[in-house]
Order: sequence, then structure tokens, then C-alpha cells
Amino acid sequence: MKPAPFKYIPASTWKGAVALLSEYGEDAKVLAGGQTLVPAMNFRLARPNTLIDLNTISESSYAKTTNTHLCIGALARHIQFDVPLTEGPLRGLLPRVSHHIAHVPIRMRGTFAGSLAHADPASEWCSLIVSLEGTVVTEGPSGEREIEAKDLFVSALTTSLAANEVIREVRLPLLDESWYCGFQEFCRRAGDFALAIVIAHLQINDGVIEAARLCLGGVGVVPFRAERAESELIGYSPNIGVFKRAGEAASILDDPIEDPHATGSYRCDLVRTLVPRALCDASALAGLDI
Amino acid sequence: MPSDSHNITLNVNGTVHDVEVDARRTLVDTLRDKCGLTGTHIGCEHGVCGACTVLVDEVPIRSCLMFAVQAENKKIRTVEGLADDGHFSLVQQAFHDYHALQCGFCTPGMLMLATWLVERKAAVDDEELREVIASNLCRCTGYQNILKAVRTVLEGKNT
Repeated sequence: MKPAPFKYIPASTWKGAVALLSEYGEDAKVLAGGQTLVPAMNFRLARPNTLIDLNTISESSYAKTTNTHLCIGALARHIQFDVPLTEGPLRGLLPRVSHHIAHVPIRMRGTFAGSLAHADPASEWCSLIVSLEGTVVTEGPSGEREIEAKDLFVSALTTSLAANEVIREVRLPLLDESWYCGFQEFCRRAGDFALAIVIAHLQINDGVIEAARLCLGGVGVVPFRAERAESELIGYSPNIGVFKRAGEAASILDDPIEDPHATGSYRCDLVRTLVPRALCDASALAGLDI
Repeated sequence: MPSDSHNITLNVNGTVHDVEVDARRTLVDTLRDKCGLTGTHIGCEHGVCGACTVLVDEVPIRSCLMFAVQAENKKIRTVEGLADDGHFSLVQQAFHDYHALQCGFCTPGMLMLATWLVERKAAVDDEELREVIASNLCRCTGYQNILKAVRTVLEGKNT
């Protein structure tokens, strides 16, 4: 299949892109990596009448660290995260996550910010930014605003971005050295959509878990924190018994995704299995063999 | 919606092509229909199979997922540019030597992917080699001979 006809307009500035979006209305789409939008257009699932190309906006592919954050330009490609970009706990975590995103030629084009704007429940980056309590900086008609990750994702493929608002930068808070990060994903084939994603961050001091974050992706319409499971971990020293209890607590899901790839109860089973594994990953980085 | 026609210049394998394309035309369609370069194959047209893999500014991309208008002023390399004056490139020769193809449909994409990996001149362990080659689908060979061919070139054994 070929895409339906559309008008192509390369943007040269962020303000210009927003002005074009305002001018052409809801049938206009922005084009970043295009690794999800263009297949949808080839299938004619998406038929935008205008495509505003962001790739022509210069100096937007950066991924740079400040004292507190990793700041990611809107056109930074997935492949940039295949290698370490930061020190600290994110040094190992980001490449590990990145290698689960599709395949090399797709990662060459697809963008971090584009994944967030698309808001697929099975997106690795959507789960990651929720787990890190990150933010996005957007450009809209009234200028810039910053949106917290938990407020960005509204439902599957739906964000709180206005129709004429684009993500300019993603900000991931850097975790300090007391944090240890684990990541687990289950999919049927390498590079395929995740049926379940678990990202675990443990803050361990003197052998005791002081804080815990567990983020689940691919099992609900948006990535979310398993808060009951997190509270099961606090105050304990890392051990398989407490990790399994957290897995049990996390696997009680009100409304897991049901689709042709997996039933809801299968996804609950995956969470029960992957949560302890992700917690063991994090513990292993803390030098604990569990 | 009327068509949105653009006059663009594509640099393919060092040759300049002045073409008129609708915005909706993908790079692979344009290479095949406007530039007469039919070596790049169209498979799934949604980025999964990798048959249309070409190098744009020296990195492998799916040419079914890039519009031709986006490729203006970029350096495009396709399978037609690999051989030098009738002599196979090292990667092509290795595919020949190791029977790394059968029906040949995936081969242009595989060759471009492998060419990128070889020209990158970085150490490639078996895990990375398998990860990269897994980007493209081959339904004939079972991949083993493709891996052998690329590994041979990476190790400089057939130079």
C-alpha cells in the first residue's frame, strides 16, 4: 500500500511548526522519525492531509547531561541510547532498554520524543520516563510548558498534548549512586512489541531498601507505577521472598490489556514473573547475588 | 486532496538524479520508478522485513519509511553501488562464496545492512552480529550462511 496524498511542509523552527499545526488544523501531523506514522500511512490507517517535517529543524538531536538531568532533544534517535550517555545508574539502564526497541535501522530513524508523543502502551521509553518521574518540555501557541510524565499519558495512543503542541525536549532526572535499576521485557520475537515491561529502581542503603519504584508497561492502557508492590519492598533487605511478594502484589491488575497477542490473565502472570526478575537485576548491580 | 509535487535532487551512489515526485512517494518507490534503480526491493512496506534497506548518510534505514522529499541533499547508497567496475565488493563476494542467499529477495537489503556493519570498522561480537542481521527477514537461508559470510568479512579473511 502507498500513503494517500498529503501536502509536505518542512519546518525550520519550533514556533514555525506550531504555527503550521495551528494553520492546518487537526488533519495535520508532525513527522519526526516516522517509524510508526509512516507504516500507519502506508496502511492508510492514518491519512493526514498535511505533514509537517520536524527533521529540518536544526540542533534538535542532542542528548546531554546537566547536573541533575539527561536532556534529550526532540529529534534524538533511539540508536543514540545504544551506548552509555550518562554516569550513574542510567549509564547501564538506557542502553539495555534501547536494545529492546525494534531493530537497528528502525532505531536509526525513530525518536525518543516521538515514542512519547505516540504513547503506545508497549513503548519502552514511555515506561522509562514514568519510572524516572521525568518531564517533557513542549512548544505550543502560548509558548513553552513542562508536563510531568504521569500527566502526559492519558490513554492508549492518547496524550495531554494539544493538537498544535509539540515536544521539544525530554528531561530524565539522573538517579544518584544509591539507586540500582533493573529492566525486564517479554515479547514473542526479538524487536517485537512488548507484552509486558517491568522497570525497577531500588534505593539501597546499608543493605536495606529505602525507596522503590516499579513501573509496568504493556499491560495497561498507559504505563503506571505499581504502588502497592513498591510498598511491599520498603524496609526489607533485598531477598527473593520479598521480591516474589512484590510480584504477587503487582500482578493484581484491574483491567489488563486483552488483545490477540495475549489474554489479560497471561499478562498478569508475566508481571508476577518479571517483577522479581527485574528486582534481582537491580540487586545484582548492588553486588547482591539473589 | 490534490497531489503535492516536488522537484528534488537525489544523490544515489554518487550520481545525481533530478526527479519530480509527489510528497507521498517513499524513497524506495522513487529509487525504483524514477531513478531506474530496481535493485532495492519492496517487501512489506511497513518497516518489518528490511528488503528495502539502503544507506542514507552512511547508516541503514528502511527506504519504505522515508519519503523521497526527505532524502534530498543526503548521500544515498543502494545495492547497485556496491560492485566496483564489475567486481563484487567484499561483502557481495562473501555472500557468493558462502551461499548466503537462495531466492535473493532479501539480498539487496542484507548486503546494505552488512556493508554498514563492515564499514563501521568497530569490533563486532557474535551477539551484536546476530542482533544486527536479525533486523532483516530471510525466509530461505536460515541465516547461518549470512552470518558466516559477514563474519568472514569482519575478520578480514577474504581480502
